[in-house]
Amino acid sequence: MGYPHKSHERESPVLSQYFGDPEARTLAGWRARGGYEALQKALAMDPQEIQTIVKDSGLRGRGGAGFPTGLKWSFMKPDGKTHYLACNADESEPGTFKDREIMRWTPHGLVEGVALAAYAIYAETAYIYIRGEFTEPIMRMEAAVQEAYAAGILGANALGSGKRIDIHIHRGAGAYICGEETALMNSLEGRRGNPRIKPPFPAVAGLFGKPTTINNVETLAAAPYIVKHGAEWYKQFGRADNPKSVGTKLFSVCGNISRPGNYEVALGFPFKDFLHDLCGGALPGRSIKAVIPGGSSVPILTLEESESALMDYEGFAAVGTLLGSGGVIVFDDKQDMVKQIARLTRFYAHESCAQCSQCREGTAWTTRIMERISAGYGTSEDFDTLLSIAENMSGKTICVLSDSCATPVVSGLKKFRGEFEAKIQISRNKVAMPGLPTPPGAPSRASAA
Amino acid sequence: MVNLTIEGRPASVPEGLSILEAAKTVGVLVPHYCYHPGLPVAGVCRMCLVEVEKVPKLAPACATSVLEGQVVHVHSPKALEARKGVLEFLLINHPLDCPICDQAGECELQDYTFAEGRADSRLREPKRFTPTEDFGGDVLYVTNRCILCTRCVRFMSEVAHDPVLNVSERGDRAFIGKAEGEDLTNPWAGNVVDLCPVGALLSKDFLNKARAWELDRAPSICTGCSQGCNVVLETRDDVLVRLKPRSNPSVNHYYACDVGRMSYRTFNRRDRLQQPQIRSGRGLQNVDWEEALAAAAKAFAGRRVVVVVSPNLSNEALFLLERIAARTGGAGVFRVSQGPEVPLPGVPDLALREERAANATAARMLGFTEIGALNGVLRDGDALLVVDDALVNADASDLSRASAIVLVGTAMPDILAERAAVVLPMANTAEEEGTLTNLRGRVQRFMQAKAAPGVARPSWYVLGDLLQAMGGTEQYYLPSDVFAAMVHTHPAFAGLNYHALGLMGALAPDAMATVTAGGVN
Repeated sequence: MGYPHKSHERESPVLSQYFGDPEARTLAGWRARGGYEALQKALAMDPQEIQTIVKDSGLRGRGGAGFPTGLKWSFMKPDGKTHYLACNADESEPGTFKDREIMRWTPHGLVEGVALAAYAIYAETAYIYIRGEFTEPIMRMEAAVQEAYAAGILGANALGSGKRIDIHIHRGAGAYICGEETALMNSLEGRRGNPRIKPPFPAVAGLFGKPTTINNVETLAAAPYIVKHGAEWYKQFGRADNPKSVGTKLFSVCGNISRPGNYEVALGFPFKDFLHDLCGGALPGRSIKAVIPGGSSVPILTLEESESALMDYEGFAAVGTLLGSGGVIVFDDKQDMVKQIARLTRFYAHESCAQCSQCREGTAWTTRIMERISAGYGTSEDFDTLLSIAENMSGKTICVLSDSCATPVVSGLKKFRGEFEAKIQISRNKVAMPGLPTPPGAPSRASAA
Repeated sequence: MVNLTIEGRPASVPEGLSILEAAKTVGVLVPHYCYHPGLPVAGVCRMCLVEVEKVPKLAPACATSVLEGQVVHVHSPKALEARKGVLEFLLINHPLDCPICDQAGECELQDYTFAEGRADSRLREPKRFTPTEDFGGDVLYVTNRCILCTRCVRFMSEVAHDPVLNVSERGDRAFIGKAEGEDLTNPWAGNVVDLCPVGALLSKDFLNKARAWELDRAPSICTGCSQGCNVVLETRDDVLVRLKPRSNPSVNHYYACDVGRMSYRTFNRRDRLQQPQIRSGRGLQNVDWEEALAAAAKAFAGRRVVVVVSPNLSNEALFLLERIAARTGGAGVFRVSQGPEVPLPGVPDLALREERAANATAARMLGFTEIGALNGVLRDGDALLVVDDALVNADASDLSRASAIVLVGTAMPDILAERAAVVLPMANTAEEEGTLTNLRGRVQRFMQAKAAPGVARPSWYVLGDLLQAMGGTEQYYLPSDVFAAMVHTHPAFAGLNYHALGLMGALAPDAMATVTAGGVN
């Protein structure tokens, strides 16, 4: 369902089929819709069997990186150690709001998925880390967990299976970086939310130094459907010529678009149809200029590039961007791309955890140059500086926040060079910004006066 | 062992070692800021990025373990370019106030920028400004110069176990914050100044005193307590201005406590004895050395000599004093001042010790008796030889039985001003060389850092001459001669060689047995 709009016939609603249905929020309502059947079924299986089903289904991480979920789970062996499951519900990527809706409308679906996954990775304890701004989803999730405990779905004897499954809800304090898996673990442990150096990877030493699996909300919410209907059922979603990307994916659409909202489509859906048909295309009298297809960290596409894309991991890679988290941000002809990119870099500069030199200084410096260009005080030298800074910021830090800041700048400069050039033209006609060197070609203060 | 190639040099190192440490073993320095061998790895400065063949991304050398057959390039164009980028980032908001910065000349940011950084700046915006903060204790935090390597934060939380410091804020607004209501008054907090690779954490004591390149440096041993921390004494124009720890993994790792750091001041005292003196009718008169030594020997002739020594004297001085006491059938005593023991929790067997003297261990090994008060030490007719003991809390009645009092010392104790018959000026620890024995029996050398005032001579020199004036036959030309005689005479020091001690010292044989049993090395 193209929540909050009516579902479009070309959507494939699985996770989103109960969005907007208040009854699905309650335990009774969820059970009436077939809820917790998958968990019941799973608890009777061997964890490794579940890992195999998920591996066979082709489910990949929906948080952004697209790592095969079954493979990730299979790193967790019955080694007698304490294992942890962490559910990443920090959803802090700008432009993404799919997990929020999953938690708002189908909290039991997530509880079921988390419990199932915890069992599948030999963990007894799972943490759901929800960003602090999500007040309503936190309320829904807490209510669902409480109901599940009261009904004996969670606890020492989960669904009468004799297995222990505990779920704790942890409220984040609103840092973007806490959506990075190792920073999230630090935050859960009560430390400053700084990403950790890898190796060791979480599967070896994660939360509290124990083997940990960390999955996105959407990934975990999909798992019960896979266990219930089987791997083959899940594989039917997707294009026949790309078995690497299967299943359904929620896309959050925002920006200058007729019908913003969440849409669930089978992977491999043509983006042109998605944009113009499902989402209704541009606002009346306007035309779309650019699209960020997977949250603010992925390269920007021009409309033409985006229209040729197929919506799956490989399809977006083919046009030089990434599926990412599925947060589609649309810009139309009224938007100033320089200003938009400057705003994005400002976000990353604000959210950098300040560990790595390149990120701490680079994001802030990029922002200051971008904002100067945007304000009309740029010089053409700035383009080279920006690209060089971006190069120095990419692939050299602990996590990818630094790369994420460089990405829109590099793709923006490449694809919307004309808008940047136009800003420089303005600066030629201006006097120097106080405290700054005079831009080449600009009249001096004295001659202006 | 793992075999790999670093900068074309074959290295064979233990498994699990980082590339950075492995590079050190073959003489290659990987530039770095946040890495410190005494602290947990943070991997945040990204300065130590190196190129490892067959690995697509540059690897942080501090956080990457060596692998068999690895080929590492530290100075390849790709690695150099990455470091140049880091240096540019670190400098954009750095005030570049080297001319007024205490760290200039010993600053790693300065050094690496000079070696590998850009010659110009591409920053066109105004620099960020953050005010300087007094961290309390001896530490000043100059926020603008900070590169957020977090060495100080990690030291305080992981080594001092006193997590007063943190990284506050995010992005380029981040700074080293101090816990609300706390001050950096931990007795080991001074180490953060040494750990800081730039001029962000400064010692208030050393502030604006000297430029790093004006300093002369001498390896020495801290005399603040019996731990025997290895230190460097730094002088400017023959005045001590700073004491810094010198790494010795067997004693103090990389650290020194604040009591030790401030102890350098005692070596600068101005009321020093500068000239040999003898008492005549008109009080103390300056004389030459021969006359003074002869007078001292005469005062001792036929007497039992009771020696009151400072437990900070060198092994050599204590040995010669033991000889003097033995020769005259006398006795040797010493007193030690005490203070609370303050351990550094993150380092085994490192503490500011209760015993606030550098060489009480050797005094005991050489047969000196520890006493609380001076009364009862002297018998009627004994001669008293006081060697650099300040005679604190002594009163006239304690000394009244002495037939004559001879002082060998650096300064005049008040109580002896009217009583000493002969005064022989000696150098203090910073002005001579010799050895000290720490509480674990480690014998360590210290070097001369500055000149002695007037005609004061090294303690072993004065006491050697005194022994000769009293009829001794041995001649000592160097402290190593005295040391050799001590090793020869006292089995407790058997097998030690002055020159083989090096700068790390060696355990005395007796100590070795007890220390091995206790599991300490």
